[in-house]
This record gives sequence, C-alpha cells and structure tokens, in this order.
Amino acid sequence: MGAPILELRHVSAAYGRIKAIKDISLVVHPGEVVSIIGANGAGKSTTLMSICGVLPISGGEVYYDGRRIDGLAADLLPSQGLCQVPEGRRIFPRLTVEENLDMGAFFRRDKAAIEHDKNRVFQLFPILLERRRQHGGTLSGGEQQMLAMGRALMSRPRLLLLDEPSLGLAPLIVQQIFRIIREINEVDGVTVVLVEQNANLALQASTRGYVLETGSVILQDEARALLANPDIRKAYLGE
Amino acid sequence: MEVFLQQLVNGITLGGVYALVALGYTMVYGIIQLINFAHGEIFAAGGYMGVILISWMVAQGYPPFVCLGVALALAMGYCALLAMAVEKLVYKPLRSSSRLSVLLSALGMSIFLQNGLMLTQGVYDRAYPGEMVQGGFEIGGAMVSYMQVVIVGVTVFLLVALNGLVFRTRIGKAMRATAQDKTMSALVGINASRIISLTFAIGAALACAAGIMVGMYYGSVRYDMGFVLGVKAFSAAVLGGIGNITGAMLGGLVIGIIEVFAAGYISSEYKDVFAFIILIAVLYFRPTGIMGENVDDTRV
Ligand SMILES: Nc1ncnc2c1ncn2[C@@H]1O[C@H](COP(=O)(O)OP(=O)(O)OP(=O)(O)O)[C@@H](O)[C@H]1O
Ligand SMILES: [Mg+2]
Repeated sequence: MGAPILELRHVSAAYGRIKAIKDISLVVHPGEVVSIIGANGAGKSTTLMSICGVLPISGGEVYYDGRRIDGLAADLLPSQGLCQVPEGRRIFPRLTVEENLDMGAFFRRDKAAIEHDKNRVFQLFPILLERRRQHGGTLSGGEQQMLAMGRALMSRPRLLLLDEPSLGLAPLIVQQIFRIIREINEVDGVTVVLVEQNANLALQASTRGYVLETGSVILQDEARALLANPDIRKAYLGE
Repeated sequence: MEVFLQQLVNGITLGGVYALVALGYTMVYGIIQLINFAHGEIFAAGGYMGVILISWMVAQGYPPFVCLGVALALAMGYCALLAMAVEKLVYKPLRSSSRLSVLLSALGMSIFLQNGLMLTQGVYDRAYPGEMVQGGFEIGGAMVSYMQVVIVGVTVFLLVALNGLVFRTRIGKAMRATAQDKTMSALVGINASRIISLTFAIGAALACAAGIMVGMYYGSVRYDMGFVLGVKAFSAAVLGGIGNITGAMLGGLVIGIIEVFAAGYISSEYKDVFAFIILIAVLYFRPTGIMGENVDDTRV
C-alpha cells in the first residue's frame, strides 16, 4: 500500500482535566473504509473531533495526505478534502435544506460544478429535493442524516469521517445510508472512516477496524478477522 | 385625522432609523450572544463623521446629494472599521471568557468611546448644514419634508440591501450558519472570526447611516446621543425578538411610531420613557419578542 491518507501518532486529547483519548495511533490508506468501534464514552467522537482540529490535541501528531495538520484551524481542512459528518448530524436548523447543501460547498467557487453536485445529491436522496425549501430543523431524523451526508458530499471530500450515521434510524434507512457509503467509496473513491455503535454493520462495510476502549486502541485488524474474533463478538456484537 | 397622519409619517421616519440601529444589536447578539453596549456610540460616531464630511463638502460647493452620498459611504466605512477594531481588540480576546466579562467590556467600551467623542468633538451640539435638503409637500393634510423622504428612502434601501445580503448571498448564509452552530460551521470551512468581524462591520455601518440621518433630521449631533437612542434601539431589538433580523426591523418601526404618537397624544416631555415601558412590558409578558419562537425563521 502507498502512503496513508490519514495517520494519527500517539494522539491524546482532553476536555479540561478529563482525558478523553490517550496515545491513539491509527492509519488509513486511500480507498479504504476503516471503522472505529467501541462502547459509549470510549472516545470515538473525540478522536474524530481531534482529527478535524475542533478539539486541540494535547499530545501526538496528526498527518493528512502526508502533511501535519494538528494545530491547524478546523475551518482550513474542508477545502483540503477532509470532511466530517459529526455525531447528531448537526444540520443548521434554520437554514433550508438547499442552504444546508450550499454550506457544504462554502469554500468552493466553481458554481457549475456545485450545481452539478447538488443535483447528484438530489438524485441520491430524492426526498431532499422535495424538501429543499424546508428548514433543516423540520426534517425527520433519517432525512437529517441524508442531508448531513449530502452536505458532506457537496465539499467533494477525499476523506470522509462519519460519526454514527445509523444512530436512531429505521433499518431500511440504515441500509440506504450504508449503500451510499459503499457507493461513494467504490465509485468516487472517497476514503471513509466510520464510527459506529452498530459494530456488526460497520465491520461488514469496512476493510479494517480499530477497537477503542476507555480512550485507547485495544485492537486493530482486518474487518473480517474482527467479525470472527470471539472476544469482539462477545463484547461488541452482542453474543 | 391630519394630526394622526402627520404623526404616522414622523413615526415611520424615526422608526426606520431605530430599525437600522436595532439590527446591529440583534445581529451581534445572534452570533456571539453579546449585548454590544458600545453600539450606540458607533451610531454617535457616525453622526459626527457625517457632520464633519458633509460640512466640508457643502463648503466646497458640491451638490447636496453628492455630499450626502459620499458622506454616507465614507462614514459607514469608517464606522465599520471602528467596530471591527473594537471587536478585535476588546471582545475577541475574551471569546472564551464568561459572558459577563464581555458584557462589562462592552459597557467600558461604550464609556470610552463616548468620552473620546466628547474630548475630540466637544460637549456642545454640533449643527448639520441646514441648507442640505429643503422643502416638502403635503398629502392628506400631513406635511412630508423632502428630508423625511430622503431619510426613509435611504433607510428602506439599506434594509432591503441587508435582507438581500443575509438571506440571499453565500456570506449571509455563512453568517446564519455561524450563528446557529459554530462547530459545524467550522467543519464546513467557515472562519467564524471573520464572520463575527463582518457582522460587527455591517451593524456599525447601518448604525452610522442612522446617526447621519438623525443628525440631519434633528439638525445636530451631540457626543452622548448614542445612549438614549441605543437603549431605544435595543428595546426595538428585544421587542422584535433578539437575534431576529425581521423582528428588529419591525420592532424599530413599532417603537418609533409609538414614541411619536405617545409624544403627540400623551406627553412630549416623557417621549423617551415609552420605549423603556415597552422594553419592560415585553420582557415581562413576552420575552421572546413579537416574532416569538414559532416564526423564528428569520433569526440569524
Ligand atoms: N464536551 C465534553 N466535555 C467533557 N467531557 C467530554 C465532552 N465530550 C466527551 N467527553 C468525555 O470524553 C469521553 C469520550 O467521549 P466521546 O464522545 O468521544 O465518546 P464516544 O466513543 O463517541 O461515545 P458514544 O458512542 O456515546 O458517542 C467520555 O468519557 C465523555 O464523557
Ligand atoms: Mg460519539
């Protein structure tokens, strides 16, 4: 495999005095789908926020595309192709659906291409086209997740960090979301880091996985191997 | 009836000016939850910059509308820069401090700017050139001066332009996004500091225009004129629902009209009191303002 698109070396981060992640090292190669699984409070969301520069890290280094990005302001990263769909979707509630999509393309100036991408998002999620003039905050949970994905795609990401995209959604919608994750990975070549409570689902969609426990990586392996691992099956797959 | 119509015309003129100032309060509050006490002083500084520029240009013999247009543009630019400097030097370093610290700094800034105006411009009224816009016309028994037409025209133009900016442009969307969720707006690449700075600049430019128009309307400016007007405009912002742009526009209009009517029909001595009565009543009965929670689509 070539150079990694994302690499964390011994990263730690804290909220005030609460150490949330400790000494996390992780590598993601271009084209991969990598899951991060772990119990509530394990530090999954914290890891993603640290990568994106929202939470300043207290130790270690983050490399994206071969360049060190820890310490950079969060708002500089989307234009580099690094994009996160955060936990809870965080739709702008009082912007319309279409304005939310526009915000995904905030840093872009190529109007025609933006329009093209918007149409593509509407093709992927026809319900968003129907609701385009409605406020984001009035959408259902599933629709908001679709909008969050759509907004992320509007930035033409090369590395997409997804935090619990299946949270609170009906099985049918979850399937749809995962079908689209696979599609953007396979067709558009977007590298994906997937954080999930639903470890089974995540690992099935992934090439590799990391297991987080109380802020540290305790295991990493091929997704298939993790799925077959009896300890993992017991702890995270509900057996 | 004639008196009624006359009051209405005067009320709308005044209310539009309040609306312009109220927008600065509401937009800044919407984005960083700060009641910017220094905003009234920016309004006063604008009034002074206007009188300085207009007097000079009138003395050079430029036609009135050129004087007004150029003075508006230059003074608005000046006030925008002034407000951005205040934000950068005084409020930004306190971004992660408690809201009370920032509030107190704003209060301090208000006193500082007001004294700065007094020391540099003196304690006495400064007259606007009288010959700027003269005459008027009558409709239905109400006298409408051309000055009022100019004031309402400029106000409407600015309000429409602001609406377009906030609700139609990419930057306006980014302003609203930043007001709604700063973390998420950073995650889509919006630089919050720049947006906050821009919000101060826009609010200040509008307040500056209001300062010039109040100066022209009443014929003079004074170093402390930002205080009472600031509180009235703030009342207008609260009345419209603080953070709500359309609300601030409506609130300004309502306060202006009520003030003029109350002065005419109740007591002109107490005309400044009515805005405060409204403020207290709104806070008591309907803290979310007239636009309320359910029509919150125009909150920034
Ligand atoms: N804003 C915060 N302030 C203080 N502590 C926090 C904050 N956010 C998270 N934490 C703490 O950091 C630890 C890791 O939290 P994090 O949100 O990263 O977990 P997670 O793995 O994403 O959990 P979940 O599956 O429930 O989303 C937890 O102990 C949590 O209580
Ligand atoms: Mg989480």
